Amino acid sequence: MPIMSPFHPRTAALCTSLLWKEWAGYYAVRSFDTVLEPEYQAIRHTAGLLDVTPLYKYEVHGQEAAAFLSWVTVRDIGKLGVRRMTYLCWCDDDGKVVDDGTVARLDDDHFRVTAAEPAYAWLSRQARGFDVRITDSSRDIAALALQGPVSRQILGLITDADVASLRYFAIMPARIGGTEAWISRTGYTGDLGYEIWVPAAQALRVWDALIEAGRAHRIVPIGLDALDVSRVEAGFIMNGVDYFSANHCLVPTRKSTPSEIGLGWTVKLEREPFVGQAALLAESARGAATAFVGLVTVWEEFEALHARFGLPPHVPAGAWRTPVPLYDGRGKQVGYATSGAWSPILKQNLALASVRRGSDTPGTRLEIEVTVEFARHRVGAIVTSLPFYDPERKKA
Amino acid sequence: MTVTNGKPKHTVYDVIVVGGGHNGLACAAYLAKAGKRVLVLERRHVLGGAAVSEEIHPGFTYSACSYIVSLLRPWIVRELALPRHGLEILPLESTFTPFPDGRSLARWSDPQRTRNEIAAFSPRDADVYPEFGLLMSRLAHFIKPTIDAPAPDPTSLSPRELGVLRRLGLGFRSLDHELRELALRLMTMSAADFLDLFFESEHLKAPMSASGIIGTFLGVRSPGTAYVLLHHYMGEIDASYRAWGFVKGGMGRISLALAGAARASGAEILTQAPVASIRVRGGRVRGVALSNGDEIEARAVVSALDPHRTFLNLIEPAHLDSEFLSRIRRFKLRGSSGKVNLALDRFPEFTCRPGVGAHLRGDVSIAPDIAYLERAYDDAKYGEYSRRPFLNIVFPSLVDPTVAPLGKHVMSIFVQYAPYHLAEGPSRWPEKREAFGDAVIATLAEYCPTLPGDILHRHVLTPWDLEQEYGLTEGNIFHGELGLDQMLFLRPTAGWSRYRTPLGSLWMCASGTHPGGGVMGASGALAARALLRSGDA
Repeated sequence: MPIMSPFHPRTAALCTSLLWKEWAGYYAVRSFDTVLEPEYQAIRHTAGLLDVTPLYKYEVHGQEAAAFLSWVTVRDIGKLGVRRMTYLCWCDDDGKVVDDGTVARLDDDHFRVTAAEPAYAWLSRQARGFDVRITDSSRDIAALALQGPVSRQILGLITDADVASLRYFAIMPARIGGTEAWISRTGYTGDLGYEIWVPAAQALRVWDALIEAGRAHRIVPIGLDALDVSRVEAGFIMNGVDYFSANHCLVPTRKSTPSEIGLGWTVKLEREPFVGQAALLAESARGAATAFVGLVTVWEEFEALHARFGLPPHVPAGAWRTPVPLYDGRGKQVGYATSGAWSPILKQNLALASVRRGSDTPGTRLEIEVTVEFARHRVGAIVTSLPFYDPERKKA
Repeated sequence: MTVTNGKPKHTVYDVIVVGGGHNGLACAAYLAKAGKRVLVLERRHVLGGAAVSEEIHPGFTYSACSYIVSLLRPWIVRELALPRHGLEILPLESTFTPFPDGRSLARWSDPQRTRNEIAAFSPRDADVYPEFGLLMSRLAHFIKPTIDAPAPDPTSLSPRELGVLRRLGLGFRSLDHELRELALRLMTMSAADFLDLFFESEHLKAPMSASGIIGTFLGVRSPGTAYVLLHHYMGEIDASYRAWGFVKGGMGRISLALAGAARASGAEILTQAPVASIRVRGGRVRGVALSNGDEIEARAVVSALDPHRTFLNLIEPAHLDSEFLSRIRRFKLRGSSGKVNLALDRFPEFTCRPGVGAHLRGDVSIAPDIAYLERAYDDAKYGEYSRRPFLNIVFPSLVDPTVAPLGKHVMSIFVQYAPYHLAEGPSRWPEKREAFGDAVIATLAEYCPTLPGDILHRHVLTPWDLEQEYGLTEGNIFHGELGLDQMLFLRPTAGWSRYRTPLGSLWMCASGTHPGGGVMGASGALAARALLRSGDA
């Protein structure tokens, strides 16, 4: 049975839909109401508040913490400034991605790693020979994501910290609701947003302070379904959906290198040795076999297909995550879409996809399978660079 | 949005669009996209016509006239990439009706929740409501193609017209017997009678029937109003487009997005550039003359004004056939509604359902029963505004923080009836304006007693103001009534429903043409297509 997050007393009282799912062993709200869109719209127009406590968190202390993280991840963490954060992935010896997450440098020799999956054993195994101490802080630290255009104003009301000066991917200590917390300018929505990290015992005070201050700003508690739509628009991948951790794959074909899932930009190849470096150098020399791209359905074809059956075009309200085959103009399969959503803000039908090299140039027309009246059909989908949605305020 | 309000860059254009309302801008965007050199001339200092955002009281943005978007064509949004030009639509979450007896009814996008609400009034209606919705959706799906294409003309015997009619006939035949009968009833019945075929609860029928009278000079018991109910379902059938709701930043953002698309394709847009007349030489339109005396030439002129303004104000009668002119004169505008916009110090709660809940994040109707709506119409028939009017209210600031300062709100109130033709004559409206506003506030105070004390600013628009300030002749929000005698191939008049006019190189592109009013953009886009095909430009 899943366990309850420290915010559970508040989220359970608000979750009138009783729509929950399991996330990393916790109960997590899918959507508070039976209708999803207002929660999504809050992310894009006011502010959404999401419990992200289930993220796995690890503290890495020690003189060699930076060197260790540079070894185990694809980034040169020695270059990460104090109170800066970075997004990255880590690989196995074959250069296949184990997980993606963030690393924050809270102090010279204190880092915090977030991960989608349990990473304690993996990190510890790789830490042999380094002067570091790794602790699992997953249960001790509760976390909230406050995402949306007015998130900065709301935070400004409840903390003395200079939130306005907090740059994209920076992190700072702050007092909120009488509690010591960390605020980072990060998120999974592609919008202006923050994540707030607090001791689990004080979680409710922070939740209450945010809800109270946010009331006039129209803060809206949101669930994972709204997040899922916004993360597709933002072009963010998800472990277990858009790729699979190399540690769980039964067959090698299911594993991915960073480049194959659109994370090539996080890899710093030319440096001291790191896990997977040799394999990634080799891949770099020959080029990755597949690429990760965005797709936008050709709506006219989608509409015409439905019209053939006397139906109006239909898209589901939330995001989907079942793999769907993709074909080139000659009918040969060239990849698959991993997840997608109708974008209420862009008015486009979007998908994230893995495609063979050669089919990844923006503007390329592929065909995607669509099920209408219980039969499979194909409609056009245009390859697009990611992210689909990238408002200035995200980094401004 | 930067809009030039100086001089035009050129002396000759392919096309001049007169009027920078949403249809004029949509037309300009399509023409510019096709490579035409286009100039849009807007009389006011702000673009949008009746799809406009105006900061009349500092810090508060009013959607001064039209207030929600329901029928903006998804293909226009897509083809002109309006989201990239700043269009953001926020969905309405409910339709709420408070009643004087302290009860209330909210209808939601969640069908089960709606069912429970209706069941409190009539368990039978609760079951019928989704059946009714399905029937209307099927009918809307059948009728919808006619609003996305020029009107088929049954008076013409050309093979092309007959082909269009044949397709429509085949579509009609594909409907089952029940639906065909329903379609015919819908065309001929009153909204109230039509709803009587399905429902028993007055509490449900009254607010539903009200959507049949918006903007028309008819009552809920007047034949012909049933058809307008269907328009409500036309927006919903494409729920997947989510092309209905509030527009972030107010309705003017639709116009600015269209203007952005037009400018991105090279169109020039001038504000504060009133057109005094359309220049005609040798039986053809040659350009326009501005009020300041400047003349600008164009190969074609498109009017985004209503048919009266276009043909009776801007063109010398000698250039037009007298039969055509008299038909245009008989084209009914006779506005029937007004608008009150309020800036509020705090949110007004409804006594019957206190709190600032999701039931207010949609539209609110003051339509307690059918007799109330008929009595409101009675006043109007004899040249008075309704003492207790039908109101349709939205609070955009509840979902869009950009339209009011923090903690404050804007309230948009559509008011019917407010007949343009007062018994004493339309020019008496200015002296009745505030009394009219008072009647609206007094009506609302019966449901929200605290409202009068929280008003920071009140902006009352009578049909006279809609005409004088916004250029809507007789204050008609649709550029002409949406009665069946003025729709499809009869809009604005038989033989001239294809955006062309009897004058060479003069075209029409606004709501006075098919498919008519509402912020659809279809008239503008379809007119541009027809003009491009004609070779006039």
